[in-house]
Amino acid sequence: MSGIIGHIAATLVTGLARAVTGVRGDWRDAAADPDGPPRIYFANHASHGDFVLVWTVLPRSLRRRTRPVAGADYWNAGPIRRFFGQRVFQAVLIDRRPEMRSGDPLAPLADAIGQGQSLILFPEGTRNLTEERLLPFKSGLYHLARMRPEALPVPVWIENLNRVMPKGELVPVPLLCTVTFGAPLPVAEGEDKNAYLARARAAMLALAPGTEAQS
Amino acid sequence: MNAGSEAPILFAGIAAVLVVATLAGWLLRRRFGRTATIENLEARVRAWWVMVGLIAGAFVLGHVGVIVLFALASFAALREFVTLTPTRRGDHWALAVAFFLVLPLQYWLVGIEWYGLYAIFIPVYVFLLLPIVAALRGDTTRFMARVAELQWGLMICVFCVSHVPALLTLPIPGFEGRHLLLVAFLVLVVQASDVLQYVWGKLLGRRKIAPALSPSKTVEGFVGGIASATALGAAMWWITPFAPWQAALMALVVTLMGFFGGLVMSAIKRDRGVKDWGRMIEGHGGMLDRLDSVIFAAPVFFHLTRYWWTV
Repeated sequence: MSGIIGHIAATLVTGLARAVTGVRGDWRDAAADPDGPPRIYFANHASHGDFVLVWTVLPRSLRRRTRPVAGADYWNAGPIRRFFGQRVFQAVLIDRRPEMRSGDPLAPLADAIGQGQSLILFPEGTRNLTEERLLPFKSGLYHLARMRPEALPVPVWIENLNRVMPKGELVPVPLLCTVTFGAPLPVAEGEDKNAYLARARAAMLALAPGTEAQS
Repeated sequence: MNAGSEAPILFAGIAAVLVVATLAGWLLRRRFGRTATIENLEARVRAWWVMVGLIAGAFVLGHVGVIVLFALASFAALREFVTLTPTRRGDHWALAVAFFLVLPLQYWLVGIEWYGLYAIFIPVYVFLLLPIVAALRGDTTRFMARVAELQWGLMICVFCVSHVPALLTLPIPGFEGRHLLLVAFLVLVVQASDVLQYVWGKLLGRRKIAPALSPSKTVEGFVGGIASATALGAAMWWITPFAPWQAALMALVVTLMGFFGGLVMSAIKRDRGVKDWGRMIEGHGGMLDRLDSVIFAAPVFFHLTRYWWTV
Protein backbone atom coordinates (compact mmCIF):
# COMPACT_ATOMS: atom_id res chain seq x y z
CA MET A 1 0.00 0.00 0.00
CA SER A 2 2.68 2.50 1.00
CA GLY A 3 4.55 1.38 -2.12
CA ILE A 4 1.68 2.55 -4.28
CA ILE A 5 1.41 5.86 -2.43
CA GLY A 6 5.14 6.40 -2.85
CA HIS A 7 4.77 5.62 -6.53
CA ILE A 8 1.93 8.08 -7.01
CA ALA A 9 3.82 10.74 -5.08
CA ALA A 10 6.87 10.15 -7.29
CA THR A 11 4.78 10.60 -10.43
CA LEU A 12 3.30 13.81 -9.02
CA VAL A 13 6.72 15.20 -8.09
CA THR A 14 8.31 14.46 -11.47
CA GLY A 15 5.19 15.77 -13.25
CA LEU A 16 5.36 19.01 -11.29
CA ALA A 17 9.08 19.35 -12.01
CA ARG A 18 8.34 18.91 -15.70
CA ALA A 19 5.48 21.44 -15.71
CA VAL A 20 7.51 24.15 -14.00
CA THR A 21 10.89 23.70 -15.67
CA GLY A 22 10.06 21.90 -18.92
CA VAL A 23 13.19 19.93 -18.02
CA ARG A 24 14.95 18.06 -20.77
CA GLY A 25 17.66 15.42 -20.54
CA ASP A 26 20.60 15.85 -22.89
CA TRP A 27 22.47 12.57 -23.24
CA ARG A 28 25.99 12.99 -24.54
CA ASP A 29 26.58 9.41 -23.42
CA ALA A 30 24.58 6.25 -24.04
CA ALA A 31 24.02 6.09 -20.28
CA ALA A 32 20.26 5.70 -20.60
CA ASP A 33 20.74 1.98 -21.20
CA PRO A 34 18.50 0.27 -18.60
CA ASP A 35 20.46 -2.98 -18.75
CA GLY A 36 23.85 -1.35 -18.28
CA PRO A 37 26.00 -1.46 -15.14
CA PRO A 38 25.10 0.80 -12.18
CA ARG A 39 25.94 4.49 -12.60
CA ILE A 40 27.21 7.01 -10.10
CA TYR A 41 25.68 10.22 -11.45
CA PHE A 42 27.61 13.14 -9.95
CA ALA A 43 26.13 16.59 -10.42
CA ASN A 44 26.45 20.24 -9.45
CA HIS A 45 24.36 21.22 -6.44
CA ALA A 46 22.68 24.61 -6.23
CA SER A 47 19.12 23.81 -5.15
CA HIS A 48 17.10 21.39 -3.06
CA GLY A 49 15.41 20.28 -6.27
CA ASP A 50 18.61 19.13 -7.99
CA PHE A 51 18.24 15.39 -7.61
CA VAL A 52 14.52 15.58 -8.42
CA LEU A 53 15.45 17.07 -11.77
CA VAL A 54 18.04 14.39 -12.54
CA TRP A 55 15.53 11.78 -11.45
CA THR A 56 12.80 13.30 -13.62
CA VAL A 57 14.73 13.04 -16.88
CA LEU A 58 15.82 9.44 -16.29
CA PRO A 59 13.73 6.86 -18.16
CA ARG A 60 11.17 5.30 -15.79
CA SER A 61 12.89 1.92 -15.72
CA LEU A 62 16.18 3.56 -14.68
CA ARG A 63 14.52 5.90 -12.20
CA ARG A 64 13.22 2.96 -10.13
CA ARG A 65 16.74 1.76 -9.47
CA THR A 66 18.42 5.15 -9.13
CA ARG A 67 18.68 6.54 -5.61
CA PRO A 68 19.80 9.99 -4.52
CA VAL A 69 22.42 10.27 -1.81
CA ALA A 70 21.30 12.83 0.76
CA GLY A 71 22.04 14.18 4.21
CA ALA A 72 20.39 12.16 6.98
CA ASP A 73 20.03 15.25 9.18
CA TYR A 74 17.81 16.90 6.56
CA TRP A 75 15.71 13.94 5.42
CA ASN A 76 15.11 12.50 8.90
CA ALA A 77 13.76 15.80 10.26
CA GLY A 78 10.01 15.32 10.45
CA PRO A 79 7.49 12.81 9.08
CA ILE A 80 6.92 14.53 5.71
CA ARG A 81 10.60 14.65 4.81
CA ARG A 82 10.97 11.08 6.03
CA PHE A 83 8.09 9.97 3.80
CA PHE A 84 9.59 11.63 0.74
CA GLY A 85 13.14 10.57 1.54
CA GLN A 86 12.30 6.91 2.20
CA ARG A 87 9.16 6.06 0.27
CA VAL A 88 9.28 8.42 -2.70
CA PHE A 89 12.92 9.00 -3.52
CA GLN A 90 14.31 6.00 -1.62
CA ALA A 91 17.29 8.11 -0.73
CA VAL A 92 20.49 6.59 0.59
CA LEU A 93 21.10 8.69 3.68
CA ILE A 94 24.53 9.57 4.97
CA ASP A 95 25.33 11.35 8.17
CA ARG A 96 27.21 14.51 7.38
CA ARG A 97 28.39 14.97 10.98
CA PRO A 98 31.64 13.00 11.36
CA GLU A 99 31.29 12.80 15.15
CA MET A 100 28.00 10.87 14.81
CA ARG A 101 29.32 8.24 12.43
CA SER A 102 30.06 4.66 13.26
CA GLY A 103 31.88 2.75 10.56
CA ASP A 104 32.53 3.71 6.97
CA PRO A 105 30.04 6.40 5.85
CA LEU A 106 30.34 5.15 2.26
CA ALA A 107 29.29 1.59 3.15
CA PRO A 108 25.53 2.09 2.50
CA LEU A 109 26.39 3.60 -0.91
CA ALA A 110 28.64 0.70 -1.83
CA ASP A 111 25.93 -1.72 -0.68
CA ALA A 112 23.33 -0.07 -2.90
CA ILE A 113 25.63 -0.35 -5.91
CA GLY A 114 26.29 -3.96 -4.97
CA GLN A 115 22.54 -4.56 -5.31
CA GLY A 116 22.65 -3.17 -8.84
CA GLN A 117 21.32 0.28 -7.97
CA SER A 118 22.57 3.58 -9.38
CA LEU A 119 23.25 6.66 -7.26
CA ILE A 120 22.92 10.41 -7.67
CA LEU A 121 25.44 12.30 -5.58
CA PHE A 122 26.74 15.82 -5.28
CA PRO A 123 30.51 15.88 -4.83
CA GLU A 124 30.40 19.48 -3.58
CA GLY A 125 28.81 18.02 -0.46
CA THR A 126 26.42 20.91 0.07
CA ARG A 127 24.44 23.40 -1.96
CA ASN A 128 26.55 25.93 -3.79
CA LEU A 129 25.24 29.35 -2.80
CA THR A 130 28.29 31.26 -4.00
CA GLU A 131 29.08 33.01 -7.26
CA GLU A 132 31.55 30.24 -8.16
CA ARG A 133 30.34 27.67 -10.64
CA LEU A 134 31.51 24.77 -8.46
CA LEU A 135 32.71 24.41 -4.87
CA PRO A 136 35.72 22.17 -4.13
CA PHE A 137 34.82 18.47 -4.32
CA LYS A 138 34.73 16.13 -1.33
CA SER A 139 36.62 12.90 -1.74
CA GLY A 140 33.67 10.48 -1.39
CA LEU A 141 33.18 10.20 -5.16
CA TYR A 142 36.76 9.02 -5.63
CA HIS A 143 36.67 6.51 -2.80
CA LEU A 144 33.30 5.12 -3.88
CA ALA A 145 34.47 4.74 -7.49
CA ARG A 146 37.54 2.87 -6.22
CA MET A 147 35.44 0.62 -3.94
CA ARG A 148 32.99 -0.19 -6.75
CA PRO A 149 34.94 -0.21 -10.03
CA GLU A 150 32.03 -1.99 -11.75
CA ALA A 151 29.91 1.19 -11.41
CA LEU A 152 30.45 3.92 -14.00
CA PRO A 153 30.77 7.49 -12.68
CA VAL A 154 28.82 9.81 -15.03
CA PRO A 155 29.26 13.61 -14.85
CA VAL A 156 26.00 15.58 -14.89
CA TRP A 157 25.37 19.30 -15.24
CA ILE A 158 22.08 20.83 -14.05
CA GLU A 159 21.48 24.16 -15.77
CA ASN A 160 19.19 26.97 -14.60
CA LEU A 161 17.59 25.40 -11.53
CA ASN A 162 19.42 27.94 -9.37
CA ARG A 163 17.55 30.66 -11.31
CA VAL A 164 14.19 28.91 -10.87
CA MET A 165 14.35 29.15 -7.11
CA PRO A 166 17.32 31.11 -5.74
CA LYS A 167 18.09 30.80 -2.06
CA GLY A 168 15.61 32.59 0.17
CA GLU A 169 12.85 32.95 -2.44
CA LEU A 170 9.39 31.54 -1.84
CA VAL A 171 7.95 31.45 -5.35
CA PRO A 172 9.70 29.55 -8.16
CA VAL A 173 10.07 31.26 -11.52
CA PRO A 174 9.35 28.80 -14.33
CA LEU A 175 12.46 28.72 -16.49
CA LEU A 176 13.57 25.94 -18.81
CA CYS A 177 16.11 23.62 -17.23
CA THR A 178 18.46 21.16 -18.88
CA VAL A 179 20.20 18.15 -17.35
CA THR A 180 23.24 17.15 -19.41
CA PHE A 181 24.85 13.74 -18.98
CA GLY A 182 28.48 13.35 -20.05
CA ALA A 183 30.51 10.29 -20.94
CA PRO A 184 31.38 7.88 -18.07
CA LEU A 185 34.58 8.76 -16.25
CA PRO A 186 36.12 5.71 -14.54
CA VAL A 187 39.14 6.11 -12.27
CA ALA A 188 42.29 5.40 -14.29
CA GLU A 189 44.92 2.83 -13.30
CA GLY A 190 46.90 4.22 -10.38
CA GLU A 191 45.19 7.61 -10.53
CA ASP A 192 45.33 9.45 -7.22
CA LYS A 193 42.51 11.26 -5.47
CA ASN A 194 43.38 14.81 -6.42
CA ALA A 195 44.04 13.98 -10.08
CA TYR A 196 40.71 12.14 -10.39
CA LEU A 197 38.68 14.81 -8.62
CA ALA A 198 40.25 17.50 -10.84
CA ARG A 199 39.32 15.46 -13.90
CA ALA A 200 35.77 14.90 -12.62
CA ARG A 201 35.35 18.60 -11.96
CA ALA A 202 36.60 19.51 -15.44
CA ALA A 203 34.27 16.95 -17.01
CA MET A 204 31.31 18.52 -15.21
CA LEU A 205 32.25 22.07 -16.16
CA ALA A 206 32.69 20.98 -19.77
CA LEU A 207 28.96 20.15 -19.83
CA ALA A 208 27.93 23.61 -18.63
CA PRO A 209 26.82 26.06 -21.31
CA GLY A 210 28.89 29.19 -21.88
CA THR A 211 29.32 31.37 -18.84
CA GLU A 212 26.83 34.21 -18.64
CA ALA A 213 26.08 37.01 -16.25
CA GLN A 214 23.43 35.15 -14.32
CA SER A 215 23.53 35.77 -10.66
CA MET B 1 -20.62 29.16 -29.22
CA ASN B 2 -20.20 27.45 -32.55
CA ALA B 3 -17.98 28.54 -35.39
CA GLY B 4 -20.59 28.27 -38.11
CA SER B 5 -20.91 25.56 -40.69
CA GLU B 6 -17.59 26.56 -42.27
CA ALA B 7 -15.43 25.17 -39.43
CA PRO B 8 -15.89 21.47 -40.25
CA ILE B 9 -15.16 22.14 -43.93
CA LEU B 10 -12.07 24.15 -43.00
CA PHE B 11 -10.68 21.49 -40.68
CA ALA B 12 -11.45 18.75 -43.20
CA GLY B 13 -9.43 20.74 -45.75
CA ILE B 14 -6.50 21.10 -43.36
CA ALA B 15 -6.65 17.40 -42.50
CA ALA B 16 -6.59 16.58 -46.23
CA VAL B 17 -3.43 18.68 -46.68
CA LEU B 18 -1.80 16.95 -43.70
CA VAL B 19 -2.78 13.51 -45.01
CA VAL B 20 -1.07 14.38 -48.31
CA ALA B 21 2.01 15.65 -46.42
CA THR B 22 2.11 12.49 -44.30
CA LEU B 23 1.86 10.30 -47.39
CA ALA B 24 4.52 12.34 -49.17
CA GLY B 25 6.87 11.89 -46.21
CA TRP B 26 6.19 8.17 -46.17
CA LEU B 27 6.80 7.82 -49.92
CA LEU B 28 10.01 9.90 -49.73
CA ARG B 29 11.29 7.69 -46.94
CA ARG B 30 10.54 4.54 -48.95
CA ARG B 31 12.25 6.03 -51.99
CA PHE B 32 15.33 7.68 -50.39
CA GLY B 33 15.63 6.09 -46.94
CA ARG B 34 16.04 7.92 -43.65
CA THR B 35 17.90 11.11 -44.47
CA ALA B 36 18.07 14.00 -42.01
CA THR B 37 15.89 16.22 -44.22
CA ILE B 38 13.16 13.59 -44.54
CA GLU B 39 13.24 12.86 -40.81
CA ASN B 40 12.87 16.59 -40.14
CA LEU B 41 10.01 16.81 -42.61
CA GLU B 42 8.23 13.91 -40.95
CA ALA B 43 8.80 15.39 -37.49
CA ARG B 44 7.31 18.67 -38.70
CA VAL B 45 4.26 16.96 -40.18
CA ARG B 46 3.72 15.03 -36.94
CA ALA B 47 3.98 18.26 -34.97
CA TRP B 48 1.47 19.86 -37.35
CA TRP B 49 -1.01 17.09 -36.65
CA VAL B 50 -0.64 17.76 -32.92
CA MET B 51 -0.98 21.54 -33.34
CA VAL B 52 -4.03 21.28 -35.60
CA GLY B 53 -5.52 18.77 -33.16
CA LEU B 54 -4.97 21.16 -30.25
CA ILE B 55 -6.54 24.08 -32.11
CA ALA B 56 -9.48 21.94 -33.22
CA GLY B 57 -9.96 20.76 -29.62
CA ALA B 58 -9.86 24.36 -28.39
CA PHE B 59 -12.47 25.29 -31.03
CA VAL B 60 -14.77 22.54 -29.80
CA LEU B 61 -14.47 23.96 -26.28
CA GLY B 62 -15.31 27.44 -27.62
CA HIS B 63 -13.99 30.82 -26.50
CA VAL B 64 -12.66 29.64 -23.14
CA GLY B 65 -10.77 26.82 -24.85
CA VAL B 66 -9.08 29.20 -27.30
CA ILE B 67 -8.18 31.69 -24.55
CA VAL B 68 -6.68 28.95 -22.37
CA LEU B 69 -4.76 27.49 -25.33
CA PHE B 70 -3.14 30.84 -26.17
CA ALA B 71 -2.49 31.59 -22.48
CA LEU B 72 -0.54 28.33 -22.28
CA ALA B 73 1.29 29.24 -25.49
CA SER B 74 2.18 32.61 -23.92
CA PHE B 75 3.45 30.83 -20.82
CA ALA B 76 5.69 28.53 -22.86
CA ALA B 77 6.92 31.46 -24.98
CA LEU B 78 7.69 33.69 -21.99
CA ARG B 79 9.52 30.80 -20.33
CA GLU B 80 11.71 30.41 -23.41
CA PHE B 81 12.28 34.17 -23.67
CA VAL B 82 13.30 34.64 -20.03
CA THR B 83 15.45 31.49 -20.05
CA LEU B 84 17.59 33.09 -22.77
CA THR B 85 17.65 36.48 -21.02
CA PRO B 86 20.50 37.09 -18.58
CA THR B 87 18.41 37.89 -15.52
CA ARG B 88 19.84 38.47 -12.07
CA ARG B 89 18.77 37.37 -8.63
CA GLY B 90 17.32 40.85 -8.12
CA ASP B 91 14.82 40.19 -10.92
CA HIS B 92 13.16 37.33 -9.09
CA TRP B 93 10.07 39.20 -7.88
CA ALA B 94 9.64 40.98 -11.18
CA LEU B 95 9.79 37.61 -12.98
CA ALA B 96 7.32 36.03 -10.59
CA VAL B 97 4.96 38.98 -11.12
CA ALA B 98 5.30 38.63 -14.90
CA PHE B 99 4.50 34.90 -14.90
CA PHE B 100 1.90 34.64 -12.17
CA LEU B 101 0.17 38.02 -12.21
CA VAL B 102 0.60 39.81 -15.54
CA LEU B 103 0.10 36.80 -17.81
CA PRO B 104 -3.13 35.46 -16.22
CA LEU B 105 -4.52 38.99 -15.77
CA GLN B 106 -4.03 39.86 -19.43
CA TYR B 107 -5.90 36.74 -20.56
CA TRP B 108 -8.61 37.30 -17.96
CA LEU B 109 -9.12 40.82 -19.30
CA VAL B 110 -9.39 39.38 -22.81
CA GLY B 111 -11.84 36.78 -21.47
CA ILE B 112 -14.14 39.41 -19.95
CA GLU B 113 -13.74 41.46 -23.16
CA TRP B 114 -12.48 44.59 -21.39
CA TYR B 115 -10.82 46.10 -24.46
CA GLY B 116 -10.13 49.46 -22.78
CA LEU B 117 -7.86 47.77 -20.26
CA TYR B 118 -6.29 44.79 -22.04
CA ALA B 119 -5.10 47.06 -24.87
CA ILE B 120 -3.01 49.18 -22.45
CA PHE B 121 -2.47 46.97 -19.41
CA ILE B 122 1.00 45.69 -20.38
CA PRO B 123 2.27 48.65 -22.44
CA VAL B 124 1.29 51.21 -19.79
CA TYR B 125 0.68 49.78 -16.33
CA VAL B 126 3.07 46.83 -16.36
CA PHE B 127 5.65 49.10 -18.00
CA LEU B 128 5.49 51.23 -14.86
CA LEU B 129 5.02 48.42 -12.34
CA LEU B 130 7.94 46.17 -13.29
CA PRO B 131 10.75 48.72 -12.78
CA ILE B 132 9.20 49.56 -9.41
CA VAL B 133 9.26 45.90 -8.36
CA ALA B 134 12.81 45.49 -9.65
CA ALA B 135 13.99 48.69 -7.95
CA LEU B 136 12.65 47.50 -4.59
CA ARG B 137 15.22 44.71 -4.71
CA GLY B 138 17.99 47.30 -4.85
CA ASP B 139 20.15 45.69 -7.53
CA THR B 140 21.20 48.45 -9.94
CA THR B 141 23.56 46.44 -12.15
CA ARG B 142 22.39 46.71 -15.79
CA PHE B 143 19.09 47.94 -14.37
CA MET B 144 17.74 49.60 -17.49
CA ALA B 145 18.66 46.67 -19.74
CA ARG B 146 17.08 44.13 -17.37
CA VAL B 147 13.83 46.06 -17.04
CA ALA B 148 13.66 46.64 -20.80
CA GLU B 149 14.31 42.97 -21.59
CA LEU B 150 11.56 41.73 -19.32
CA GLN B 151 9.12 44.35 -20.58
CA TRP B 152 9.89 43.39 -24.15
CA GLY B 153 9.45 39.72 -23.32
CA LEU B 154 5.98 40.48 -21.96
CA MET B 155 5.05 42.58 -24.99
CA ILE B 156 6.15 39.84 -27.38
CA CYS B 157 5.06 36.73 -25.53
CA VAL B 158 1.93 37.89 -23.71
CA PHE B 159 0.56 41.16 -25.13
CA CYS B 160 0.97 40.31 -28.81
CA VAL B 161 -0.02 36.65 -28.48
CA SER B 162 -3.17 37.59 -26.51
CA HIS B 163 -4.39 39.53 -29.55
CA VAL B 164 -5.14 36.23 -31.27
CA PRO B 165 -7.91 35.20 -28.82
CA ALA B 166 -8.84 38.90 -28.54
CA LEU B 167 -10.22 38.55 -32.08
CA LEU B 168 -13.10 36.67 -30.43
CA THR B 169 -14.23 39.86 -28.71
CA LEU B 170 -14.73 41.96 -31.85
CA PRO B 171 -18.38 42.89 -32.50
CA ILE B 172 -18.63 42.46 -36.28
CA PRO B 173 -22.16 42.92 -37.67
CA GLY B 174 -23.41 39.84 -39.51
CA PHE B 175 -20.47 37.75 -38.26
CA GLU B 176 -21.93 36.74 -34.90
CA GLY B 177 -20.96 33.30 -33.67
CA ARG B 178 -18.23 32.82 -36.27
CA HIS B 179 -15.33 34.65 -34.62
CA LEU B 180 -13.28 31.49 -34.25
CA LEU B 181 -12.92 31.46 -38.02
CA LEU B 182 -11.12 34.80 -37.82
CA VAL B 183 -8.56 33.15 -35.52
CA ALA B 184 -8.27 30.27 -37.98
CA PHE B 185 -7.78 32.70 -40.89
CA LEU B 186 -4.94 34.56 -39.16
CA VAL B 187 -3.14 31.46 -37.91
CA LEU B 188 -3.53 29.56 -41.20
CA VAL B 189 -2.37 32.41 -43.46
CA VAL B 190 0.66 33.21 -41.31
CA GLN B 191 1.71 29.59 -40.82
CA ALA B 192 1.10 28.73 -44.47
CA SER B 193 3.24 31.71 -45.41
CA ASP B 194 6.10 30.32 -43.29
CA VAL B 195 5.81 26.90 -44.92
CA LEU B 196 5.44 28.36 -48.44
CA GLN B 197 8.46 30.65 -47.99
CA TYR B 198 10.43 27.58 -46.94
CA VAL B 199 9.19 25.57 -49.94
CA TRP B 200 9.79 28.36 -52.51
CA GLY B 201 13.18 29.04 -50.95
CA LYS B 202 14.17 25.37 -51.24
CA LEU B 203 12.95 25.19 -54.85
CA LEU B 204 14.22 28.48 -56.27
CA GLY B 205 16.14 30.25 -53.52
CA ARG B 206 19.28 32.02 -54.78
CA ARG B 207 19.70 35.50 -53.32
CA LYS B 208 19.79 35.74 -49.54
CA ILE B 209 17.83 38.58 -47.95
CA ALA B 210 19.58 38.88 -44.60
CA PRO B 211 22.50 36.45 -44.44
CA ALA B 212 23.64 37.84 -41.10
CA LEU B 213 20.27 37.07 -39.50
CA SER B 214 18.79 34.07 -41.22
CA PRO B 215 20.73 32.20 -43.91
CA SER B 216 17.62 30.35 -45.10
CA LYS B 217 15.61 33.45 -46.05
CA THR B 218 15.90 34.24 -49.76
CA VAL B 219 14.34 36.82 -52.07
CA GLU B 220 12.73 34.03 -54.12
CA GLY B 221 11.32 32.35 -51.02
CA PHE B 222 10.04 35.69 -49.74
CA VAL B 223 8.30 36.72 -52.99
CA GLY B 224 6.90 33.25 -53.72
CA GLY B 225 5.81 32.65 -50.12
CA ILE B 226 4.13 36.04 -49.67
CA ALA B 227 2.40 35.83 -53.06
CA SER B 228 1.07 32.31 -52.57
CA ALA B 229 0.01 32.95 -48.96
CA THR B 230 -1.81 36.08 -50.13
CA ALA B 231 -3.57 34.00 -52.77
CA LEU B 232 -4.45 31.42 -50.12
CA GLY B 233 -5.85 34.20 -47.89
CA ALA B 234 -7.96 35.50 -50.77
CA ALA B 235 -9.25 31.98 -51.42
CA MET B 236 -10.36 31.74 -47.79
CA TRP B 237 -12.47 34.92 -47.89
CA TRP B 238 -15.61 32.80 -47.34
CA ILE B 239 -14.71 32.16 -43.69
CA THR B 240 -14.12 35.90 -43.00
CA PRO B 241 -16.22 39.07 -42.97
CA PHE B 242 -13.97 40.34 -45.82
CA ALA B 243 -14.58 40.53 -49.56
CA PRO B 244 -12.06 38.50 -51.60
CA TRP B 245 -9.87 41.53 -52.41
CA GLN B 246 -9.99 42.62 -48.77
CA ALA B 247 -9.03 39.14 -47.62
CA ALA B 248 -6.06 39.27 -50.03
CA LEU B 249 -4.93 42.64 -48.66
CA MET B 250 -5.31 41.41 -45.08
CA ALA B 251 -3.33 38.28 -45.92
CA LEU B 252 -0.62 40.41 -47.54
CA VAL B 253 -0.31 42.61 -44.44
CA VAL B 254 -0.16 39.72 -41.97
CA THR B 255 2.31 37.72 -44.05
CA LEU B 256 4.59 40.77 -44.34
CA MET B 257 4.36 41.36 -40.58
CA GLY B 258 5.00 37.66 -40.06
CA PHE B 259 8.09 37.75 -42.26
CA PHE B 260 9.59 40.73 -40.43
CA GLY B 261 8.62 39.22 -37.08
CA GLY B 262 10.62 36.14 -37.94
CA LEU B 263 13.54 38.39 -38.89
CA VAL B 264 13.42 40.29 -35.58
CA MET B 265 13.21 37.10 -33.55
CA SER B 266 16.17 35.68 -35.51
CA ALA B 267 18.16 38.79 -34.61
CA ILE B 268 17.49 38.13 -30.91
CA LYS B 269 18.51 34.48 -31.26
CA ARG B 270 21.74 35.53 -33.00
CA ASP B 271 22.41 37.99 -30.20
CA ARG B 272 21.93 35.24 -27.61
CA GLY B 273 24.01 32.77 -29.66
CA VAL B 274 21.34 30.10 -30.11
CA LYS B 275 19.70 28.51 -33.13
CA ASP B 276 16.31 27.76 -31.60
CA TRP B 277 14.35 29.28 -28.72
CA GLY B 278 13.75 25.87 -27.21
CA ARG B 279 13.14 22.24 -28.04
CA MET B 280 9.52 21.90 -27.12
CA ILE B 281 8.19 20.88 -30.52
CA GLU B 282 10.06 18.17 -32.39
CA GLY B 283 11.35 19.51 -35.73
CA HIS B 284 10.25 23.07 -34.97
CA GLY B 285 12.43 24.21 -32.08
CA GLY B 286 10.51 25.97 -29.33
CA MET B 287 7.17 27.69 -28.99
CA LEU B 288 8.65 31.04 -30.05
CA ASP B 289 10.17 29.51 -33.19
CA ARG B 290 6.65 28.52 -34.23
CA LEU B 291 4.87 31.65 -33.02
CA ASP B 292 7.31 34.38 -34.06
CA SER B 293 5.43 35.38 -37.20
CA VAL B 294 1.98 35.16 -35.57
CA ILE B 295 3.22 37.40 -32.76
CA PHE B 296 3.95 40.32 -35.05
CA ALA B 297 0.91 39.79 -37.25
CA ALA B 298 -1.72 39.42 -34.51
CA PRO B 299 -2.01 42.98 -33.11
CA VAL B 300 -1.96 44.53 -36.60
CA PHE B 301 -4.61 42.13 -37.91
CA PHE B 302 -6.67 42.74 -34.77
CA HIS B 303 -6.62 46.53 -35.11
CA LEU B 304 -7.23 46.59 -38.86
CA THR B 305 -10.25 44.35 -38.39
CA ARG B 306 -11.44 46.33 -35.40
CA TYR B 307 -11.10 49.69 -37.18
CA TRP B 308 -12.89 48.78 -40.42
CA TRP B 309 -15.29 45.98 -39.57
CA THR B 310 -16.65 46.52 -36.08
CA VAL B 311 -19.50 48.80 -35.06
